[in-house]
Amino acid sequence: MEELLGKDILELGNLLAKKEITSVELTKCYLERIKRHDGALQSYLRVTEDLAINMAQEADKKIAKGEGSLLTGIPLGIKDILCTRDMETTCASQILRGFIAPYDATVIQRMKQSGFIHLGRLNMDEFAMGSSTENSSFQVTKNPWDLSRIPGGSSGGSAAAVAAGLCVAALGTDTGGSIRQPASLCGTVGLKPTYGRVSRYGLVAFASSLDQIGPITRSVKDAAALLQVIAGRDGMDSTSIPQPVPDYLSYIGRDVGGLRIGIPQEYFIEGMEPDVRKAVEDAIKVFERNGTAVVPISLPHTDYAVATYYVICTAEASSNLARYDGVKYGFRAPGKDIIEMYKKTRSAGFGKEVKRRIILGTYVLSSGYYDAYYRKAGQVRTLIKRDFDRAFEQCDLVLTPVSPTTAFRIGEKVEDPLTMYLSDIFTIPVNLAGLPGLSVPCGFDHTGLPIGLQIIGKPLDEPLILQAAHVFETEMRLKKIPDRFA
Amino acid sequence: MKVTRDVIEYVAHLGRLELDPDEIERYTSQLDAILEYMDKLNSLDTSGIEPTTHAIPNVNVFREDDVTEAFSVEASVGNAPERKGSFFKVPPIIEVE
Repeated sequence: MEELLGKDILELGNLLAKKEITSVELTKCYLERIKRHDGALQSYLRVTEDLAINMAQEADKKIAKGEGSLLTGIPLGIKDILCTRDMETTCASQILRGFIAPYDATVIQRMKQSGFIHLGRLNMDEFAMGSSTENSSFQVTKNPWDLSRIPGGSSGGSAAAVAAGLCVAALGTDTGGSIRQPASLCGTVGLKPTYGRVSRYGLVAFASSLDQIGPITRSVKDAAALLQVIAGRDGMDSTSIPQPVPDYLSYIGRDVGGLRIGIPQEYFIEGMEPDVRKAVEDAIKVFERNGTAVVPISLPHTDYAVATYYVICTAEASSNLARYDGVKYGFRAPGKDIIEMYKKTRSAGFGKEVKRRIILGTYVLSSGYYDAYYRKAGQVRTLIKRDFDRAFEQCDLVLTPVSPTTAFRIGEKVEDPLTMYLSDIFTIPVNLAGLPGLSVPCGFDHTGLPIGLQIIGKPLDEPLILQAAHVFETEMRLKKIPDRFA
Repeated sequence: MKVTRDVIEYVAHLGRLELDPDEIERYTSQLDAILEYMDKLNSLDTSGIEPTTHAIPNVNVFREDDVTEAFSVEASVGNAPERKGSFFKVPPIIEVE
């Protein structure tokens, strides 16, 4: 089994095609690992064992007939925010407990067509609101590299499960860093595609102008493989981009000689841990050794990004979450009239971070404050986007840290929301500008906690990001799975 | 202080939330700190700048007005906490004398 853990999706596909293993065997290996390790890790909310075995049997039939494709027979974990037909989807919230989605999200539908194995539903911050997965209503997921620490968030269950080898790869979602930050803190690869590259149909909405679905994987190649399956225009999401989907895997293995790498001075701030700074500076040297030019650039409005983001995302969230009213699905608390029923349902069903954001979002949209907050934030968003437009006139990719710190301790920031919000300072601008960004492991701090490097590209430049990340990953050869889980 | 307890209570009502006194206390001080931090946006001159609502502009998305498969009534009301036949059931909305 241990040698299977080191195999990427394409290698596993080869073993399956050559009948050296079956999907049922591979799936049982992963189910066994989940049983052995997830009691300590708490990454899965629900394991769909029977379904996984059924899907694996179907996959083996498909493979026997020579009809296998990229994900056929590959066991994956799914963040519990992606609607999956006839299955509970909770967003780690009490208010959606028992909700059985009547349809598949487009990404799930595409992965089913490709023959993937659904291992289970991964934990997250409630409605994807948080940076530590501590806002889950159900359980606290641990960081596989140090069980006293958070895995990051909001896709913390996905990143932890991938890092601990409890699935081959997983899907996460990213509104302000929720794929890249946990990927970084857990030592995995995480890709947030260009806004619109992947359909959001069936993704439970948090902030619709920022949300994107993307892969969390143990290798850059696997991120390319998963993106290949889920990307593309979808008639069910009018914000999805019509441009054709490139052959991402064909960019894996190309060199980076002659590329220009931009380094924004504003991202090397006070408060960044010295080990993080050192690891990112060393990473830049690796790119230089591989023939890239390093260009100092400026993104002058970086310091305004967190404030801008929390106006926009809370405003959109307060509107999106109005649908949880105890009428159509999920939990209902009794009330003597409809307003009382709404209030009691929402107050009992939502956790404290979700309520905080609904209140903040309602405030910034309320009469008399709309121009001062929401309109203003939209204007600053334009300035942040222009910063990137100008930077990309001088460089092809931008390199930054993913997070100013490595994984913090469980409980450390729960009572201080503003400090928690500031931990996403390097990932948020990418969402505001709609750009693709990837986190790739670039080292460990002195206590052995992983550090991530962020590679940001122009809109739709995922191929170049994957190409550069693969060159870097190949050179670094970092340890992927912590000893405890190896 | 930018926000008071009264403001929090009013906004909570707009958002259809009922808060207990402890929550009102906590959210008042937390939101005050967050809004004060957001005030840094006011130090930027944004006159004449168009707000961005979507980062990747994608306008006039059309499709043919074809009839496609829709959700069945059962799929649509199947998750309702309370239903009567094919309807969602809710508490009284209009008071009856």
